[in-house]
Amino acid sequence: MNTITRRAGFLAAAFFAASVLLAEPAHAMHISDGVLPPSWAAFWWALAIPFVVIGIKAYEKEKNGAKKPFIGLIGSAVFIISCMPVPVPVAGSCSHPCGTGLAALLIGPKLTVAISSVALVLQALFLAHGGITTMGANIFSMGVAGAFSGYFVFRAANKLGLGIFSSTFLAGLVSDWATYAVTSLELASGLGSGGSAPAMFGALLAAFAPTQIPLGIMEGFVTASAFKFITERRPDLSLTPVKETVSE
Amino acid sequence: MKKISAMASGILASITGAANAEWRGVDSTVIEKFAADAGRSASPLIPAADGDLLLFCFLVAGAAGGFVFGYYFKSVFPAKKERD
Repeated sequence: MNTITRRAGFLAAAFFAASVLLAEPAHAMHISDGVLPPSWAAFWWALAIPFVVIGIKAYEKEKNGAKKPFIGLIGSAVFIISCMPVPVPVAGSCSHPCGTGLAALLIGPKLTVAISSVALVLQALFLAHGGITTMGANIFSMGVAGAFSGYFVFRAANKLGLGIFSSTFLAGLVSDWATYAVTSLELASGLGSGGSAPAMFGALLAAFAPTQIPLGIMEGFVTASAFKFITERRPDLSLTPVKETVSE
Repeated sequence: MKKISAMASGILASITGAANAEWRGVDSTVIEKFAADAGRSASPLIPAADGDLLLFCFLVAGAAGGFVFGYYFKSVFPAKKERD
């Protein structure tokens, strides 16, 4: 083992030990049952269901048998990433990345909605992470907004001539921020009474910002790095726009 | 390598410096705070596990998720000798 590897291993071990020794009990970061009024919870369910159906149909239409293990891999990654509280020292609080931006680049936004829904169901049923009545809202913010924003930002950045790393970084960053912007919208629309919703929306964005700005930047780097690794090893599994970019 | 060491030291120092913070999730610092101000509160339909049981559930979920991830990872990215 060379010196650099040994030092990197030592630093990783020290970071892990500090994280474990200083850890506090984790909390759920999705919207819990009871937070949204029933009418608004039903509204977000109604918006999310068509996307989930489209996602399931996209999976059923998937003919490439070699791609199904890849979808399973991405699904498990989204499940793990989205229930992993990451401490943000500058904010003194924890939140979680989403992984849906990366997933959308690799398997497409429709399939990403489907795997996000599976992850959110498991988290709500077994980990007290999210809720049953608010699952529609959580699917819409993390699955729909996170996936489609990341996907379209990547395509736009790509068309503007940005490199692969920059485009994928932006996709991960915007995907994370869009998830929490839509969560703010869901909370403001459900909790704001009368004309207070716009002000509450701004206040929620400001409240999320100290945690999500650094976390979004981290997610951007993770997305870019993971995307580079995967497309270098298995370019055949990625979406068409991604392949076009890699070959440029 | 010096830059990486400096960055890692900075992260460790900031974590240590904030060790007394409660490290609460944004659910309680943001979502539940705004919900409480609006007269609502989180009321889970499924009772949350008490004490370390929830920690155990997270451990099992992490292990199961990690197993599935590893299983498919091996299938999608086989070792070099298996590819050859």
